[in-house]
Amino acid sequence: MSARIAALVVALAALATLPFWLADIYYINVSSQILLYAIFALGLDVLVGYAGLVSLGHAGLLGIVAYATGFMLMEGLGHPLAIVIALAIGLAGTAVFAALSLRATGIGFIMITLAIGEILWGLAYRWISFTGGDNGIGLKTRPAPFGYSMSSPYTFYYTTLIIFLLSVIAMAIFVRSPFGAALRGTRDQPRRMNALGYHVWAIRFWACMFSGLLTAVAGILFVYYTQFISPQTVALTSSAEVLLMVIAGGPATLLGPIVGAALVVVVKSVVSGFIERWNFLLGAIFVAIVILMPEGLVPGSARLWRLAWRKAGAQRAKTEGKP
Amino acid sequence: MNFWLVLAVNSVTFGGLLFLLSAGFSLIFGLMRIPNLTHGSLFMLGAYFGAAFAGGMLGIMFNFWLATLMAAALMAALGALAERFLLRQLPGQQLAQVLVTLGISFMVADFCLMVWGGDPVNVATPAGLGGFIRVGQAAFPLYRLAIIVIAMVFAVALWYLLDRTRLGAMIRAGVDDPDMARVVGIRVSRLFTIVFALGAGLAAFAGIIGAPILSVYPGLDQDMLPLALVVVILGGTGSLLGSFVGSIIIGFIYNFGLALLPELAYFVLFLPMLLVLIVRPQGLFGRQVP
Repeated sequence: MSARIAALVVALAALATLPFWLADIYYINVSSQILLYAIFALGLDVLVGYAGLVSLGHAGLLGIVAYATGFMLMEGLGHPLAIVIALAIGLAGTAVFAALSLRATGIGFIMITLAIGEILWGLAYRWISFTGGDNGIGLKTRPAPFGYSMSSPYTFYYTTLIIFLLSVIAMAIFVRSPFGAALRGTRDQPRRMNALGYHVWAIRFWACMFSGLLTAVAGILFVYYTQFISPQTVALTSSAEVLLMVIAGGPATLLGPIVGAALVVVVKSVVSGFIERWNFLLGAIFVAIVILMPEGLVPGSARLWRLAWRKAGAQRAKTEGKP
Repeated sequence: MNFWLVLAVNSVTFGGLLFLLSAGFSLIFGLMRIPNLTHGSLFMLGAYFGAAFAGGMLGIMFNFWLATLMAAALMAALGALAERFLLRQLPGQQLAQVLVTLGISFMVADFCLMVWGGDPVNVATPAGLGGFIRVGQAAFPLYRLAIIVIAMVFAVALWYLLDRTRLGAMIRAGVDDPDMARVVGIRVSRLFTIVFALGAGLAAFAGIIGAPILSVYPGLDQDMLPLALVVVILGGTGSLLGSFVGSIIIGFIYNFGLALLPELAYFVLFLPMLLVLIVRPQGLFGRQVP
């Protein structure tokens, strides 16, 4: 247990001092991107990992919030008001999204979320008077609460880091809470949970809302980070990217989606420097991970690690046994 | 009046294409219990291959119909291979299978972009069907009417295949209760391959005969897949009648939406889906999947 705490302290220290040992602004921006995508991936993990509901429409939810923020800022609203309203719109959108998709579970849920996501993409792409179509919406400024301007990569990184840590803490509390346990119950044994008197649908609905909240937070960070939003953000590829983060890292773990986000963002930024064909690689990684390491990298490597540890232990016991 | 009539004919034409696309989608879903997310890609890839065969990729400028059949056969073979060597690796893991089809769809989209570039490929209307039929003052393009006829023929043929043949009976048994079908000696996993190949071939066929109207462009897969999804959500999975009726409804809504509310055409599609999900989540002609 203490090793775990030590690892946590080291990770926190590394994250806090990151701008001091990463000289290049490019890497600091990549780090901000990893953190904000990690929040998004954690949000999706609530559904994919803990509720057993795979959503392929989450980029649509992120897009609603990002477009709402962009649109309100373009109309001249202040940052605090725009953020609050965008969060509210995001939650309202999630409620509709959940009410519709929870008509089904399993594969039906995937289909409905996919259809909703595609329809939101179609809206973003075609509803030109509102979304600007393919040209998207640009943001001129980032917020500066109490005179703390976020326009530099450093300040933006620290803001993202704080929101990221808050999200991880919220997620940790959520997972350990009775509600989290009930949610896992509805994932594994929905009928027994129902027989025990739990309202399975309501539990799933509130899990969707929590997921939507994290997604909305990520959406606001995203639109401030890129200062631009276009239909590409809402496309199925984006939903698939964040799903890949969760599945590659390991669903139903806290660390998994974070590792997955880091992996996908790093591979994407490194690879896009060399080739334009990110989508092909994304598809190939997807197929490879699903077939070869379906449990995800974090549980997968943890299993291998434990196996190696036990083997080493057995070896040690053997050698010590021999005089 | 003419405007509405022409729009209605166009809607039925588009509905016919959608039926060819979604019939396979619905069957694959009914039998294998997975939405095949490569279905839009099969449509697009089939259209590209058909255009390439007709345009002389193999050194000969094939006749349009011959090119269509070749592309459909090629895609059916590719579909069978993908089912046999990728999806079969994950027996019973539906989620994993869906994700594999998703991954493949990205690879196909990028492959098409790499090979055929970003510009739309136009396909000439096949010889003899370029004209119009005049009824009173309205003029209907012959080719669109031909598509309606082709779709009808396929609808009848598929109905015959599923309802009147031994293979169809086996497929229906597999859709209704795969375990019991296995018990009575039907090789359900072989049916998977057959149905996947059939669906892939139909999707590719729809892609190439739709090409003279829609043209072939990157992103065509992303345009068609949601339509197939909505048709199947609307009509119910595994039901041929469901995909037929759903296709015609969506064909009308989509075309009228495009003509009247171009900015919201995609959103209008949402409404029937919404209604069906609220009132009848299993779809108009679907049965409750146990």
